[in-house]
Amino acid sequence: MINKKVENVVEALQGVQSKMTFMLGGFGLCGIPENAIAELVNLNVREVTCISNNAGVDDFGLGLLLQNKQIKKMISSYVGENDEFERQMLSGELEVELTPQGTLAEKCRAAQAGFPAFYTPAGYGTEVAEGKETREFNGKMYVLEPAFKADFAFVKAWKGDTAGNLIFKGTARNFNPNMCGAATITVAEVEELVPAGTLDPNQIHVPGIFVQRIFQGKNYEKRIEQRTVTSKA
Amino acid sequence: MALSKQQIAQRIAKELQDKWYVNLGIGIPTLVANYIPEGIEVEFQSENGLLGMGPFPLEGTEDADLINAGKQTVTVLDGGSIFDSATSFAMIRGQHVQLTVLGAMEVAQNGDIANWKIPGKMVKGMGGAMDLVASAENIIVAMMHTNNAGESKILKQCSLPLTGVGCVTKVVTNLAVLEVKNNAFHLLERAPGVSIEEIKNATEGTLIVDGEVNEMKF
Repeated sequence: MINKKVENVVEALQGVQSKMTFMLGGFGLCGIPENAIAELVNLNVREVTCISNNAGVDDFGLGLLLQNKQIKKMISSYVGENDEFERQMLSGELEVELTPQGTLAEKCRAAQAGFPAFYTPAGYGTEVAEGKETREFNGKMYVLEPAFKADFAFVKAWKGDTAGNLIFKGTARNFNPNMCGAATITVAEVEELVPAGTLDPNQIHVPGIFVQRIFQGKNYEKRIEQRTVTSKA
Repeated sequence: MALSKQQIAQRIAKELQDKWYVNLGIGIPTLVANYIPEGIEVEFQSENGLLGMGPFPLEGTEDADLINAGKQTVTVLDGGSIFDSATSFAMIRGQHVQLTVLGAMEVAQNGDIANWKIPGKMVKGMGGAMDLVASAENIIVAMMHTNNAGESKILKQCSLPLTGVGCVTKVVTNLAVLEVKNNAFHLLERAPGVSIEEIKNATEGTLIVDGEVNEMKF
């Protein structure tokens, strides 16, 4: 068994530098790599490009890197939860590439799966398709979208083993599996790291081949953005 | 009387059909889940990766790892499933979801929709809306007929950046149910007590009124 385990987040992020492109899993604040983000703030890498569906909130998630002005460019589908993001974007400090959510996911998956590009109907006839090749298939128009290229993918799983196999919980899965193996180095942080052989191979969501480094995360906050409940009758 | 947001949702719920998978957008569309007609089975898809979405959890049982596309804590019903984002949009792009309900800032008579950006002012992003409207066969828009200034949002042509082209099939507003076809809005139903004249005045796009137009029934 190839051992992917590293001791901590510092070791896991070795080689991270300014001006790199990172993928970060998560939807809203659900399933974000909290430990990796904290370490990116700590390393104070500058002018980075982040591929992430959302940009966190003002004081958590990728919002922490935004506050610190570490991000040069964001590639996201929805950024409505972050005032600082909107301010930096409207003032021109921050470069932003808004991408339809399904296209964002597929650009990750294409990178993972070795496809250079793919056609999608999403965004045809809108400003998202401007300057891109379009083509008709069976009477419908499609836009050619290239796969992403990234230096590091930071993902967060519920459980993982030392071989890098991952299992996710609930909708914290989201973009995380699609980003594994989609960058040069994939770093997985997990709530529970177990020895290889502990997890049932039938239940693995992401095979370890897509993960280069795995570590036991700590101090997860797992913030809830919109706490909606039904009152007890 | 113009419809409340709840009533718009209630009216849209009557469009649901047995065995349909349905994606509900944020806002009024989310409320549609409260009015599923009796005797039919539908499953709600949330594009962050959940099929068989249930109601909000009982207080004290909410889970940060179980949210919907509006980032609200939810539950998963028996028979539900959870999957990654690429799989979620395979369901949408592959037309395995029968109905999409979403909100809009503007709709045009050719079926164009704008709901993601006001240049220089508001940029929140399109989320999954562009994928949804480019792929779904049935797209119902839930919206107010006019904006706060009283200007029509039911237009000849959208003025805001588009989310999708020629895709909207039906619009349910606080005043009317409109079908979008042949480059016009066709008035199908009126809100109770709302006259055809009122709807005409609130509609900038071409409005076709064909014979008697019934009031909505609840």
